[in-house]
Amino acid sequence: MNNFQYSRASDVADAIRLLAADPGAKLIAGGTNLIDLMKENVERPSRLIDISRLPLRDIEETADGGLRIGALVPNSDLAYHPLIEQRYPLLASAILAGASAQLRNMASVGGNLMQRTRCPYFYDTTTPCNKRSPGAGCSAMDGLNRNHAILGTSTSCIATNPSDMSVALAALGALVHIARPSGQRTIALTDFHRLPEDKPHLDTNLGSGEIITAIELPPHGFARNYSYLKIRDRLSYAFALVSVAAALELEGNAIGEARLALGGVAHKPWRSLEAEAALRGQAATPDHFGRAADLLLQGATARSHNGFKIDLARRAIVRTLMQAASATPQSQAHKKIA
Amino acid sequence: MNAYVGTSTSRVDGRAKVTGAAKYAGEFAADGLLHGFVVEATIARGRIARLDTSEALKVKGVVDVLTHARRPPLADKDEAWKDEVAPEKGSPFRPLYDDRIKFNGQPIALVVAEDWETAKFAATRVRVEYEQEAFATDLESERDKAEKVDQPHKPRGDAAAALTRAAVRHEADYVLPSEHHNPMELFATTAVWDGSGGLTVYDKTQGVQNVQKFLCSVFGKKPDDIRVISPYVGGAFGSGLRPQHQVVLATLAALALKRSVRVVLTRQQMYGLGYRPMTIERVALGAKPDGTLDAIKHEAIAVTSRYEDFSRNDTGWAEQLYKSPNSNFSHKLVDLDVSTPCDMRAPGAATGVCALECAMDELAVALKLDPVELRLRCYSDRDQSEDLPYTSKQLRECYARGAEAFGWSRRNPAPRSMRDGKELVGWGMATGVWEALQMPVAVRIVLTANGHAEVSCAASDIGTGTYTIVAQVAADALGLPIENISVRLADSTLPQAPVEGGSWMAASSAHAVLGAAEEIRRELARLAKAMSGSPLADLDAANATLTDGMIASSEGRGAAVSIADVMRHSKLERIEKEKLNQFAEDKSHARNTHSAVFAEVKIDEELGIIRVTRIVNAVAAGRILNTKTGRSQIMGGVVWGIGMALHEETVMDHRFGRIMNANIAEYHIPVNADVHDIDVIFVDEPDDRINRLGIKGLGEIGIVGVPAAIANAVYHATGKRIRRFPITLDKLLE
Repeated sequence: MNNFQYSRASDVADAIRLLAADPGAKLIAGGTNLIDLMKENVERPSRLIDISRLPLRDIEETADGGLRIGALVPNSDLAYHPLIEQRYPLLASAILAGASAQLRNMASVGGNLMQRTRCPYFYDTTTPCNKRSPGAGCSAMDGLNRNHAILGTSTSCIATNPSDMSVALAALGALVHIARPSGQRTIALTDFHRLPEDKPHLDTNLGSGEIITAIELPPHGFARNYSYLKIRDRLSYAFALVSVAAALELEGNAIGEARLALGGVAHKPWRSLEAEAALRGQAATPDHFGRAADLLLQGATARSHNGFKIDLARRAIVRTLMQAASATPQSQAHKKIA
Repeated sequence: MNAYVGTSTSRVDGRAKVTGAAKYAGEFAADGLLHGFVVEATIARGRIARLDTSEALKVKGVVDVLTHARRPPLADKDEAWKDEVAPEKGSPFRPLYDDRIKFNGQPIALVVAEDWETAKFAATRVRVEYEQEAFATDLESERDKAEKVDQPHKPRGDAAAALTRAAVRHEADYVLPSEHHNPMELFATTAVWDGSGGLTVYDKTQGVQNVQKFLCSVFGKKPDDIRVISPYVGGAFGSGLRPQHQVVLATLAALALKRSVRVVLTRQQMYGLGYRPMTIERVALGAKPDGTLDAIKHEAIAVTSRYEDFSRNDTGWAEQLYKSPNSNFSHKLVDLDVSTPCDMRAPGAATGVCALECAMDELAVALKLDPVELRLRCYSDRDQSEDLPYTSKQLRECYARGAEAFGWSRRNPAPRSMRDGKELVGWGMATGVWEALQMPVAVRIVLTANGHAEVSCAASDIGTGTYTIVAQVAADALGLPIENISVRLADSTLPQAPVEGGSWMAASSAHAVLGAAEEIRRELARLAKAMSGSPLADLDAANATLTDGMIASSEGRGAAVSIADVMRHSKLERIEKEKLNQFAEDKSHARNTHSAVFAEVKIDEELGIIRVTRIVNAVAAGRILNTKTGRSQIMGGVVWGIGMALHEETVMDHRFGRIMNANIAEYHIPVNADVHDIDVIFVDEPDDRINRLGIKGLGEIGIVGVPAAIANAVYHATGKRIRRFPITLDKLLE
């Protein structure tokens, strides 16, 4: 770990000022990912700006019936908040599918959005990685890529975004509120993370000097028909090979609104409006779910070891939609896939 | 006499451990303690062309940076570097010895600073340039270069010919990956400088006297110069049998700087230590139509380093288990640019028996025989390698008790025939076997007039429960309550003990305690007889018994006298006896432990998700000294077996010769969600031949057979035979 300066921001504006003053500075809240990366010398910030005491820990109802979640709300608090459990159980479920209880207690909502890939080459500073050292090359491309991306990859990077929470937020149509030197802006969560293209060192579209202040959930929470299914190499405490967030509006067996997002398969949570449109107005049947899966997985490509993820994703999508349709969401506590 | 032996006595060190009072190697303090951080090579093979420590030395708080070019003298003969567990053949690795790089992750410098963070930071400032050389780390691509080592057993008959004529034949390769131990406690050493050349070395090790002798020979020290202590070990599983890098480096730094030095390896750095070597196991079985075997061939090809030949008995286990007139076993090694493998729980058997038992399952399918029935038809009452009977072998009882507890008779033999909702259900079984070894151990007992006894021995307790069983045996032998026994272990100045490993420490230490207690008893008998007006004047020392703090005659005649009175009358505050116990050599019998493992898996076939919902492990291992710690031992082995079957794999990128999952987030072991019901059955196995107490040891047998039972259950559930471990979901979806 390198030496670094430490500042504690007194308010959001102060944090923005401190960021602007030191291009090598990083914000720290829970630190569950950043500290690990610093220990491995992957992140070498010149300064840590501690924002953990800023007043961004509230969960409030918005005028239109949605919820505004402060960026510093701990993941656990969010997952167990009564309004989340009742109105956005998909989000609660996705959060509880991730990490461990100890990590969720520390990790903040904003930090969860900022967590970096777990590609082993990104973590190992002795191997080439375009994300860590732009232009160095990608070791995963022809290396150990069993759990790498199958969608939205580029010739420079096949890393995945490891977040579970973001997958549910993408499906729910969440917004990200951002404070910046010149005021505020709001973007859709699906536009917050980016594809690697030729700049894989950039995970998100957050500009320099910008800070996430809140996540906003729209009113519709799909509390009746939803499921979050995470497929991994052991039954807990592992990153997703594939995860699926599914949410349906059902009238009888007919699908109204449908939401579908994938995790563990791309540089960002993967959502396809086309796939969702194809479900609308259809009966909730495995065939229709399979067709939506095909649309969502359109353009999926495999490298040497991750071809199985394409087929696995298709199966997982159909299963998750079935769980959602039958109102039997995947439990994150039981030692069994429903 | 047996108030404690055979009971479920709780761990005598349990409170110390859960309250943090138990101190581990990296927790001992010393005045002016310095901290070392290891710099590792990032190439697999070559030499150090330039090693520039100037930037690191400039960091405030850094005291020194030790390298091969800047260090105190180290022994130059291989013999000096051979510890008691070192492979016979080879030249043991010497940290910071010269400029050669033998494996990726090799220690090449030690930064020593006033605190650990400074040392760690400064380590990133050490600049290294290498002259790289071509290297190879992939067993499968180098398989053709395999060379045979000594076979575990001589061939019997002509296995090749018998295979050719066999009515039913099965032959396949089973591939088991390299695995790392990942004990919870990090490898650590605190070397405390006494100010005049002597060192007390607190080390994480399975053998303090092994480390003490090794350090003395490596550093040219006299036995009194170095004392090694290791009171508690947070798991080792074989990784602490040999002295590891950190103990050499901490000692080196302490001698160089004449100060106390602590070196703690990081989790990542521990992947540069030993490991279970990747092994390709080829098993060929030839059977007659009646399900008896006519031929067994088992060949293993395993990884070793280029500098040492590490090999274990992977292939010979069929000699103990299955009758066959023709057999052939061979072990081959491929030298690669990696560190030397080492023992890991049930070395050889965990892998070799896995392959054998999967192959037996495949043979049972080919013969259309129940897997248990096949094993009974092939059952061997003798160890065929030496044609010896066993001191005891209740394996038949293991099959029967295990099958009954599991409900095996309700198994539908057809693959894919059993279901539970969406899940396919599979039932599989396998046999386990291990050795029942015993070694010379010495124990000292000091009995004080207040009725307290201190029992001491250099043996380690690596978490297995040695403190507890030593206290149990001593309490029974001395007729004292267990609260009056205190146990001191793992100090090189204490009476001799070998490394704790191979499942031999329970039997070995227990009998050493008996031996020393016997001396105490004789002494007390002598003193009791000599008391003026003694009611035990006619006591025959051979018939003296110690019970409830009293000495009496086992013939029940005459009165009993309290031990306290005997000592008071004799004006003795303490009686001290030390005895080395040697087991009589007995070449007329084979000594083994056995088990029958039954596994249930439930598989979501669409998604490839495997759950191990039930394991029954029926174990025959002689008398169980402590049913509580014994059961824990077996459960730990079962959980590890689940990991072997489904999760564990050290993954290397052979382009870099570098391990890419060197952390316990990505190196998967089972978590709570992966572990369901585990039923441990200890089958009665009286054995009055093996040793006085009939003890065999439980350290390894718990894991053996478990991965095969699970793999066989996966086949029964799905009809798919996965021969490459671990069985991850992508292999099921293929």
